[in-house]
Amino acid sequence: MSEGLARLAGRFGRLLGPDSVITDPVRLRTYECDGLTSHRASPGLVVLPDTAEQIAQIVRDCAAAGVPYVARGSGTGLSGGALPRTDGVLIVTSRMRRILEIDIPNRRAVVEPGVINLDVTRAVRADGYHFAPDPSSQQICSVGGNVAENSGGAHCLKYGFTAHHVLSCEVVTPDGEIVELAADGPGYDLLGVFVGAEGTLGIATKITVRLTRSPEAVRTLLAAFGSIEAGGGAVSAIIGAGVLPAAIEMMDALSIEAAEAAVRCEYPPGAGAVLIVELDGPESEVAHQFAEVERLCRDAGAFEIRVAADDAERALIWTGRKSAFAAMGRISPAYLVQDGVIPRTSLPRVLASIDALSAASGVRVANVFHAGDGNLHPLVLFDDAEPGAAERAEEVSGKILDLCIEHGGSITGEHGVGVDKSRYMPRMFTETDLDTMQMVRCGFDPAGLCNPGKVFPTPRLCGEVPGVRKGPHPYEGKADLF
Amino acid sequence: MRPLDALAEVCGDVRPGAPEEGVLGVVPGLVAAPATAAEAAGVMRVAAEHGLAVVPRGAETRLDWGTPPDRCDLLVDTHRLARIVEHASGDLVVTAEAGLALDELAAALAARGQRLALDRPLPGSTVGGTIAAAAAGPLRLLYGSPRDLVIGLTVVRADGEVARSGGKVVKNVAGYDLGRLFCGSSGTLGLIVEATFRLHPVPAAHAYVTCPVTGAAQAHEAVQSLLHSPIAPSAIEVLAPTPPSCTVGVLLEGVPEGVTARTAQATALLGPDAQVCEEPPEGWGLYPDGTTLLDVTAPPTSLTHLLTEIGADALTATWSAIGRGYVGLPAETAPDKAAAIIAGLREGLARHRGSAVVCYAPADVRAAIDFWGPVPAAKLMRQVKDQFDPGHRLSPGRFVGGI
Repeated sequence: MSEGLARLAGRFGRLLGPDSVITDPVRLRTYECDGLTSHRASPGLVVLPDTAEQIAQIVRDCAAAGVPYVARGSGTGLSGGALPRTDGVLIVTSRMRRILEIDIPNRRAVVEPGVINLDVTRAVRADGYHFAPDPSSQQICSVGGNVAENSGGAHCLKYGFTAHHVLSCEVVTPDGEIVELAADGPGYDLLGVFVGAEGTLGIATKITVRLTRSPEAVRTLLAAFGSIEAGGGAVSAIIGAGVLPAAIEMMDALSIEAAEAAVRCEYPPGAGAVLIVELDGPESEVAHQFAEVERLCRDAGAFEIRVAADDAERALIWTGRKSAFAAMGRISPAYLVQDGVIPRTSLPRVLASIDALSAASGVRVANVFHAGDGNLHPLVLFDDAEPGAAERAEEVSGKILDLCIEHGGSITGEHGVGVDKSRYMPRMFTETDLDTMQMVRCGFDPAGLCNPGKVFPTPRLCGEVPGVRKGPHPYEGKADLF
Repeated sequence: MRPLDALAEVCGDVRPGAPEEGVLGVVPGLVAAPATAAEAAGVMRVAAEHGLAVVPRGAETRLDWGTPPDRCDLLVDTHRLARIVEHASGDLVVTAEAGLALDELAAALAARGQRLALDRPLPGSTVGGTIAAAAAGPLRLLYGSPRDLVIGLTVVRADGEVARSGGKVVKNVAGYDLGRLFCGSSGTLGLIVEATFRLHPVPAAHAYVTCPVTGAAQAHEAVQSLLHSPIAPSAIEVLAPTPPSCTVGVLLEGVPEGVTARTAQATALLGPDAQVCEEPPEGWGLYPDGTTLLDVTAPPTSLTHLLTEIGADALTATWSAIGRGYVGLPAETAPDKAAAIIAGLREGLARHRGSAVVCYAPADVRAAIDFWGPVPAAKLMRQVKDQFDPGHRLSPGRFVGGI
């Protein structure tokens, strides 16, 4: 450990108590990666604060020492956004797990950043409410992490992402100040850019979330198709009919095979693709639209449709989908999870191109996706024991992102850029675009100590501001406006 | 070279400003109307080279909002940037230029059964102006405001560089979302030239259920019963031209069978005085009367307080159950009285985690009031502004704390 870090460790020990500072190399290694295990770095130092004031002091001390810091919630992120710095401090929010306030009349709750996503819903379910963002990791991921990543989930097709469900955040800025950023109220919508900034603009210490009225009715069906094209046709027909389902998920033959092997989900044999469509809302709306969705699936060539009669059957339908990633272990020694987005209407063309890519390279690709919003999760399979296989898989995975960009899509729909995809950012954005985004970064964190090395391939030097300042400072005499 | 000549080299429509084009009385030296994003970039580059203070102008529906600019050397008029760039109807996405009127956009989208789920309180207002003002109406309850519907944004920076963020797909977390940052930025961070929006299908059926109520407590009760019911309203509004008595209205949208059933539920919740109609009630989606307008953040549980307070001062209001509303002060309100009313409202709303920002006010009232109230993250806002506009030439003085 460097002398600077050792000094900080001493300070933090006095500030937080010795149980809240980790310096033992073995214990530090617990934190060496998040959900993206291919990138690892043992943090220089781990702290486990209890309060915003403590985080503010930690940030101020890091700033004074010029030491970088990274915030981490539950560490379930899939792009290495919480990858620690070996020369820095990892600030873990797992002790900040209090739900501070539940305010049903105003449909909101105030939580600490370490609160588990699903615990918010559990706390308000009896009142008929839930917290809408539902990433697959919702049983363990933290709300603070959701804020950083602007997390979505299967149901964000209808309900939107975390950004739509956060009303305000108390934030420790890289200056070490505690400020409130709100969606409403005077001034810039700094909250709007803070959510989804992957922890590079500060650390959320208190989050006011919007609670969503739970729907009166939920209905789910599973439709089996001979081919991905036919399934894609059904998706277009459903959306084209003006139906906005809560979720539309699709799996291809290879991912069905894996799920079958892993969890015996008993999807219809011989399916080239299965579609899961879930509708929710008022009973009277859902009943009518569900009948239409069934008809549209049949018209698009579904050879079998299963309708969940109750919650248990619904859970069974979802089992295959939810286990799809983990199930890849049954059909391949190793795999990469990709996360790309395309306009929904490009689905058939992009999937054909992925097929061609797979055939040409000999690398198998299983496709699982949020079909309603064109968010693909191709699973690139490889044998890590075979020399060069990982590199070939990585190459195919990268080419899939190129396909997404070619079709006007995005390199990430929900996993974030992190360290994993910063090198792809210049394929999607110009140098000026990236430079402009980093103006925000420079406004918040000119020293570049807050989760550095994430999102952007090259940091902007914050001194490099365009234009020349002339005349008196424009705020002169105006500070009393506040 | 004179600025006018330099601008004429990069833009086909440049002329001196006219006295009647003043922005809250500040007459622009020059007016440029670029027809393309490239021309807009050229104009902004020349403005940077000559140190010109720039104020963007759309359809002028909200040009009198905010505080007057410290100076306005150049008005950039977006009316020639008015094309629909792409309507990908199968993807429920549209890209439009900043100067396009929302009404025109709505007509084009409606022809294909789609809509941008934003109300249009002021006819003629543009894509760019709506984003810059973060303007929204009753539909905000279900669909959100511009920050929730803008999925891609192209701006020209203070230095004339063109920058884009977001994209053409709804689900996208690549890079910072500058679209949300620019929503409500009042022309102080850059010139918006093009935006991509998420769209929604036009519902097959809709109905308004309204009910007159005589007091603040009843209004609160009616709103709470609707808000926590499972009828999934698109909007819940309180229209209060003479508070505390007011009309509580709910908009239901969906399939015909569903709307019929939900209308019956809403009627049952609101009681025997409830009425069902296809047309919106008077004042729906409009700003309340008055020469001074306040945009208030007022969570549902502050409604009783809000209606009582403004009733006592004979003000007008509209309020959405998402917790946002507008309050109008009548023309005869004296400046010191206006200042006292605004301060009182702020104090009361602060107890409910709310706030009040002035949208517009007559010059004498403006001189007497604090336009913005307390701004919690003012320092950070200035730091961000300094990055985007280090010369403080973009709508200088139009925004919070002298920004």
